[in-house]
Amino acid sequence: MNQIQFLEPKAGIIARRAEIQAGLAELVPADCLVTEERELVPFETDAFTAYRRVPLAVVLPETTEQVAAVMKYCSQNGVPVVPRGAGTSLAGGAIPQEDAVVIGVSKMARILEVDFENRAARVQAGVTNLRISDEVSADGFFYAPDPSSQLACTIAGNIGMNSGGAHCLKYGVTTNNLLGVKMVLHDGTVVDIGGKALDASGIDLLGLVCGSEGQLGIVTEATVRLLAKPEGARPVLFGFDSSEVAGACVSDIIAAGIIPVAIEFMDKEAIDICEAFAHAGYPMDVQALLIVEVEGSDDEMDAMLKKIIAIAKAHNVKRVKESQSAMEAASIWKGRKSAFGATGRVADYICMDGTVPLGQLSHVLAETSKIVEKYGLRVANVFHAGDGNMHPLILYNVNDPAEAEKAEAAGMEILKLCVDVGGCLTGEHGVGIEKRDLMLHQFTETDLNQQMRVRAAFDPGWMLNPSKVFPLDLAMRKAG
Amino acid sequence: MAGRDLIQPATEQEAADIIREAAGRGETLEIAGGGTKRGIGQPFAADRTLSTSGLTGITEYNPAELVLTARAGTPVAEIEAALAEAGQMLAFEPGDWHGLTGANGVPTIGAIAAANISGPRRIIAGAARDGLLGVRFVNGAGEIIRNGGRVMKNVTGLDLVKLMAGSWGTLGLLTEVSFKVLPRPETEATLLVHGADDAEAANLMAAAMGTSAEVSGAAHLPAMIAERSAADLSGGGAITTFRIEGFSESVEVRLERLRAALATHHVTSIAAEAQSVALWADIRDVAPFAGRSSPLWKISVAPMAGHDVTAMILREVHGEVFYDWQGGLVWLQLAEDGDAQAQLVRETIAKNAGGHATLVRASEAVRASVPVFQPQPAPVAALTERVRASLDPAGVFNPGRMVFDGGRRAA
Repeated sequence: MNQIQFLEPKAGIIARRAEIQAGLAELVPADCLVTEERELVPFETDAFTAYRRVPLAVVLPETTEQVAAVMKYCSQNGVPVVPRGAGTSLAGGAIPQEDAVVIGVSKMARILEVDFENRAARVQAGVTNLRISDEVSADGFFYAPDPSSQLACTIAGNIGMNSGGAHCLKYGVTTNNLLGVKMVLHDGTVVDIGGKALDASGIDLLGLVCGSEGQLGIVTEATVRLLAKPEGARPVLFGFDSSEVAGACVSDIIAAGIIPVAIEFMDKEAIDICEAFAHAGYPMDVQALLIVEVEGSDDEMDAMLKKIIAIAKAHNVKRVKESQSAMEAASIWKGRKSAFGATGRVADYICMDGTVPLGQLSHVLAETSKIVEKYGLRVANVFHAGDGNMHPLILYNVNDPAEAEKAEAAGMEILKLCVDVGGCLTGEHGVGIEKRDLMLHQFTETDLNQQMRVRAAFDPGWMLNPSKVFPLDLAMRKAG
Repeated sequence: MAGRDLIQPATEQEAADIIREAAGRGETLEIAGGGTKRGIGQPFAADRTLSTSGLTGITEYNPAELVLTARAGTPVAEIEAALAEAGQMLAFEPGDWHGLTGANGVPTIGAIAAANISGPRRIIAGAARDGLLGVRFVNGAGEIIRNGGRVMKNVTGLDLVKLMAGSWGTLGLLTEVSFKVLPRPETEATLLVHGADDAEAANLMAAAMGTSAEVSGAAHLPAMIAERSAADLSGGGAITTFRIEGFSESVEVRLERLRAALATHHVTSIAAEAQSVALWADIRDVAPFAGRSSPLWKISVAPMAGHDVTAMILREVHGEVFYDWQGGLVWLQLAEDGDAQAQLVRETIAKNAGGHATLVRASEAVRASVPVFQPQPAPVAALTERVRASLDPAGVFNPGRMVFDGGRRAA
């Protein structure tokens, strides 16, 4: 796949490689700087592996001060900067360019403060998502956003992409669970926005930073909201004869005034793949599966499940399977959360991330199948049905350039469909480089120009993650 | 403020034309919705008032999609009526501040977004800014901008939706907003703890929020305030109040679980649905401080810091308080005709782990003499000004209403 364009590296920067590397060496300890070609290779891409570029250097600072020093140096020397968390972006958000310095936050991975009374934790931005919940779990708390990559992905990356996860139907996404950040601006200025109060002062810069894909600054510390864990949680499997019926069941559950903590959807292809990998006990004789999770005491869960099961029965549900133990519940979720990994074992795939209004789920599922069939490919659908965030996995062979091109084309067509029915290009993976050129399908040029002017208020020289999110030609006109 | 020419465009395009022409002529515009919050902010001069009163109506609402879209000038009451009919609600529970500000008129949905007004449920369901999924607005150049959308998960481009929420009309004219909506709980009830002092109440509220009871409102009303509540629940002392919502069988179970978990030596009681609804409406609308003109502060701090900050301020000056959001939102009313005590309030907050304070109500003269919104550290104030200028370069909208650099004063 070579359709996505990269910026031509600035020859003037490349020519100064040794000088820039030496300049950086003065700012951070030796073990925080990577300059050897061989050691730079692991940073050449992220989870959007079809594209890669080896950066000029990688800095892995240990403190906010070091990040500030490096940002200031890069700003003064006209060197682009590409921020990086754990490199799990599925949209190429962390893919570097040859004339850029990558600043990775992975060494800043300490939990600084846990404050149960105020229900907040202050962490360094390189801490992984799951570690926060692990840290506070014994005390009965958790951090709500739970992207599938939560074992690896960092809070910095979660903030960059406004990550969601399976449980955001009830608990919201990163932006709804973030109280404050310490952030380094392009010129090395350090600003604190928000804190332990529920809302930050002034205009909502925190909300703007969240989901800005590393274009506004580098977050080095975050204050996040902790929530009390529910007494119990129970996932239930529902098997249906068709995807359309499963989709209609989701609509009816919500219309009945029930908001389960999660409603996950899998089609036949995804069920087969995940069951073969995780042995979660998924029914194999159905065309679509819903995992509906409820929370509360046993009595409350029983009462809510009774209502949900009645709705499912009205839709002729074929299989209902309640988890009888914590182990069974974990296994149900293991199947779902390993969906991307399990799919990767049977085929190469690209994963789309469009979100659609709930009423459009069935229509978009049916149209997705048609689009993929038209290109002669297969698709596995596994997604967050409760919030309309679709994740069609388009299967293809990475070694077959013609097929790869078809997969990419099918993906783009699906995303356009999501926009056309009133949805958006990306729910939680970000635009990155992958969907940059589709932005004009969702927005007008006027809309994008306004977003870019706001971006320029943070980064007037267009040096931070310069080739992401916005169509290259528009961005370069803006950057002058 | 009175006496300005009032313009009431009937369409978004008409509004955009007016703004573009105003910008071209170097004119300024005050943006107004229902007018209930016009008196909040630094007093400022503007050539004309641009009202959203001609931009009304729900434009899209399908209950199964959990999203409602309406033009900015639509009264909140109209939206809540439509939602109620479908058994739904705005989860962030927007308050009606007209009693607090003493203004006539009714709040509009656009102003709720623009001022990020959130009620007691904010501690569990998020703020207005969290419920706001999409906007259409006109920027200072008269361009119509669309951002966000009608879906709950969306990271497509920069989130200008959040930026517009809480910008008090200083960045653009909102013309249409899309809010996430949720099923209205089947019923509610409130557990009351009687006679706790402010510090005890903070501990009780923190304990309650650490349980799995899913408390959807945690407030503390000292005796003087509790007596003033229309719900008539105090019985002569302070009340610390915990709302539980949901299906009726679940509400009962959780009330008892919460009562057991709090294990307080104070007397407890339970307010059933009707009284509970009345109590939280009072808290939401800041009713205990309605109908006055004395300076009123909205203080936002870490929940456990609220009572300390308050105690330190009230050692120096006379005033009354009550607490919402687990103690993290302090409504502090100072003595009638008194000084706003801006320096005292803000220095006390700064000494106590930080936060911020907004002078929601004060005479025009007082508001002209102190920063209404929390002054920002220089780099953040500079950043804010650059962001503002990127949306409204000519300074057309509400010029000087929000000032963050502390040094500059509105004219």
